[in-house]
Amino acid sequence: MNTEAHIASAFDRDLEGIQAKIMKMGGLVENSILNAVESLEKRDEEQAEQVRKSDRVIDALEEEINNDAAQVIALRAPTAVDLRVVLSVMKISANLERIGDYAKNMAKRTTVLSQMPPVNGSAASLRRMAKEVDRMLRSALDAYIQRDVDLAYEVIHRDEDVDQMYNTLFREFLTFMMEDPRNITACMHLHFIAKNTERMGDHVTAIAEQVIYLVTGETPDEKRPKGDETSVNPDVAPQYEE
Amino acid sequence: MTDMATNNDIVPPAKSSLLALDARTQRRNREESTFKALGLGAVGIGMLFLLILLTTIVSNGVGAFTQTFINVPVYLDPAKLDKKGERNLDDIKKVSTFGYSPLVLNGLLELVQENGIDTPFEKSKQMKSLVSASAAAKVRDYVIANPDQIGETVTFNLLAASRVDGYLKDRVKREDVARDKNISAEHLDLVDELVKAGIVKKGFNWSFITGADASESRAEQAGIGVAMMGSFFMMLVVLLLSLPIGVAASIYLEEFAPQNKFTDLIEVNISNLAAVPSIVFGILGLAVFIQFMHLPQSAPLVGGLVLTLMTLPTIIISTRAALKAVPSSIRQAALGVGASKMQSVFHHVLPLAMPGILTGTIIGLAQALGETAPLLLIGMVGYIASNPPDGIVSGFMDPNSAMPAQIYEWAKRADPAYYERAWGGIIILLLFLLTMNVIAVILRRRFERRW
Amino acid sequence: MFDTDNAKNTMTQTDIKFSAKNVQVFYGENHAIKDVNVELEDKTVTAFIGPSGCGKSTFLRCLNRMNDTIDICKVKGDILLDGEDIYDKRVDPVQLRAKVGMVFQKPNPFPKSIYDNVAYGPRIHGLARSKAELDEIVEKSLRGAAIWNEVKDRLDAPGTGLSGGQQQRLCIARAIATKPEVLLMDEPCSALDPIATAQVEELIDDLRKDFSVVIVTHSMQQAARVSQKTAFFHLGNLVEFGETPQIFTNPEDERTESYITGRIG
Repeated sequence: MNTEAHIASAFDRDLEGIQAKIMKMGGLVENSILNAVESLEKRDEEQAEQVRKSDRVIDALEEEINNDAAQVIALRAPTAVDLRVVLSVMKISANLERIGDYAKNMAKRTTVLSQMPPVNGSAASLRRMAKEVDRMLRSALDAYIQRDVDLAYEVIHRDEDVDQMYNTLFREFLTFMMEDPRNITACMHLHFIAKNTERMGDHVTAIAEQVIYLVTGETPDEKRPKGDETSVNPDVAPQYEE
Repeated sequence: MTDMATNNDIVPPAKSSLLALDARTQRRNREESTFKALGLGAVGIGMLFLLILLTTIVSNGVGAFTQTFINVPVYLDPAKLDKKGERNLDDIKKVSTFGYSPLVLNGLLELVQENGIDTPFEKSKQMKSLVSASAAAKVRDYVIANPDQIGETVTFNLLAASRVDGYLKDRVKREDVARDKNISAEHLDLVDELVKAGIVKKGFNWSFITGADASESRAEQAGIGVAMMGSFFMMLVVLLLSLPIGVAASIYLEEFAPQNKFTDLIEVNISNLAAVPSIVFGILGLAVFIQFMHLPQSAPLVGGLVLTLMTLPTIIISTRAALKAVPSSIRQAALGVGASKMQSVFHHVLPLAMPGILTGTIIGLAQALGETAPLLLIGMVGYIASNPPDGIVSGFMDPNSAMPAQIYEWAKRADPAYYERAWGGIIILLLFLLTMNVIAVILRRRFERRW
Repeated sequence: MFDTDNAKNTMTQTDIKFSAKNVQVFYGENHAIKDVNVELEDKTVTAFIGPSGCGKSTFLRCLNRMNDTIDICKVKGDILLDGEDIYDKRVDPVQLRAKVGMVFQKPNPFPKSIYDNVAYGPRIHGLARSKAELDEIVEKSLRGAAIWNEVKDRLDAPGTGLSGGQQQRLCIARAIATKPEVLLMDEPCSALDPIATAQVEELIDDLRKDFSVVIVTHSMQQAARVSQKTAFFHLGNLVEFGETPQIFTNPEDERTESYITGRIG
């Protein structure tokens, strides 16, 4: 990585500013994830409302970052590593925005779920999963700041764990639903939350991939580890006994 | 569709090897080498002519720089030179060169007899054709300067007669002597003997460079020095007048004058003036300076004025070229920081154009130095036979000659000894021109700056 | 973070430096500038862009009456510098040019020493009363042009011996030595390599603190990089004038868009 300053100091200021915005956005998204899952656990509708509000801020930030990136491209004609910075910033912000959307979705379901009887132990499992995604996001953003490819690869591998957690939850929810059809509504919502969290993990992985692209100029060719087998393996789901 | 049609007409070039030359390339190469050979030939012919010119000039002219001298002990007989014996300078001066001549010839005859040279001449008068007519004058000058030497015997290094000089330089042949009243075969025998005895010798002739012109019969005495002074005074006038006038006119025309029909007209006329034959300037000078303004004839001032007229167009044209060559970015830079037009010209443009201006001026001067025709018309061919600083050459208003005019004068004269001197004068003139051109080149190199 | 923010800030603090009203320029029969109205802000870099022969250089040269040196050039309309008409009969262009300095396309240092190049303007304008004062002006100007460190040990060396970029910065130092209020730059980087260009551009960005800068450039990228305001000229008309980021991301006029996207030249 070339870390020397540009002769045009304004260019450095532009690039730094745009990356500072990404970090700010990352922080907001992290908070949203944690708040969303906490509100679910505590059945705190107010906290859920906060998550929805902060998503509006995140969306605004994304638009700002897009505009800034467009200006940098238009005014400074970035090349090589500068170009990769701008491109990766745009993709990272898009991914962060999606994560923020999922968090908002979680918060929405929290409002519905809080009207229903709780499903045993599910909230804690979801929280563990969300915490893991949050840690991954934090690592991915650290990797971005430090231009740390190894850390980025580690993040990509950790997505497997999240997928595993999702598999477990998927089975758990199926079992609950088969046990008692009254659980179906709640479990469906919970399952969507789990699925959203799993998708968050995928977006974090995409961010980590952008870090690798930014540093090396190449997207990782290694096939991403896939832990989520529910869509391909019918054996994962417990069978109905006729 | 038309494109396709034409495309079909084009025959794709046959596959050819780079190692084999095609006919076209061969023809082009032939043409190129022919042209190069022609150019080389042209340069060669030019060099050949230059070589012929230089060898002719040097071989003809170098003789003028050596001269034959006779070492004669002369008894300064008081009975003849100072009859009253009072050593009164006024009395001594009354004795003319006719009184000195016999003393010199006696001295020579005695010298011949002392050396035991066998000769048919017994009278001192017969020695006359060996010694230059200027010898008596030289002895007289010496006596007047040193009256106390009267009564002594003083050895003089006197000029030999031009026939003797010519004989030693192979210009006068024995077979020609029969028809020559000035010298006889016996004299030549005597000269041979005197050379053997070391009395007659050739030496470097300083007086050719410093001396004045001499009469038709005294070729051995003539020098170009006085004409050189005349040329020098003229060049001084030309330089002092044409440089400031020319440069001022050029700066005005190039930097300040508006672009209109009038300035165009001036420009065309200046270019035309540069091409006007120099004799036209001569007749103009004659009419204006001498007939109208009544300035003295043959004066370096008038010559300088005429040559100034002739040189001005050259200087203006070269100065304008030098000013034009200064990039306009320099002027703009000066204007851009708030300099006035005149400041930009005098602080920046003129210093940059200086080498070009000086070169042009020196070349103009060199041209003027070699100019003859206009000088003939204003009478700058004065016959000045006395050496500086004796009067005549002391100033701008006194009659004088100029180097090229002097050369022309010599070339006109009948005595072949003058022919040699004309060539010698040309060598000196060429040396002057060469020096001036070298100075021009050095100035250009020294002051030339890149921008 | 973006320069636009600064530009907005300065707009509120400072006022209009140059104000052109209905400016028309004729070169003999040729109508070079057609009815240009524009207001240039103080402490701002304004870029003039446009295809060759669009009049941007001509208009720039109207601002310090450099066009006066061309006989056939006629200027109509009003150009006000701080509210005073610079084409008023009482205005001496020499005095105006001391206030409105100019840097040219080709670096054109005088073939004199670096010191004399910078000291020339102050000398002819009598800005220094002593040698010490002159030294100070020279040093300040060279520092201001970000070239002091490169030349401080060889102020007696000829200015023409510097590299292209250094020469151009020397010319900028020479221009700011007369303490102008406005600096006009006519394609200041067109003869420079990319690194030297970047250095000069960085310098221009710096100069904005003390001067208003007007720069004519053939390089749209350069206009984008250095300016806060951009004016697009086409066929003698001022087509569009506005914030640089606006012009380069979303211009209002179709001709501007076609030009900056490389569709008309």
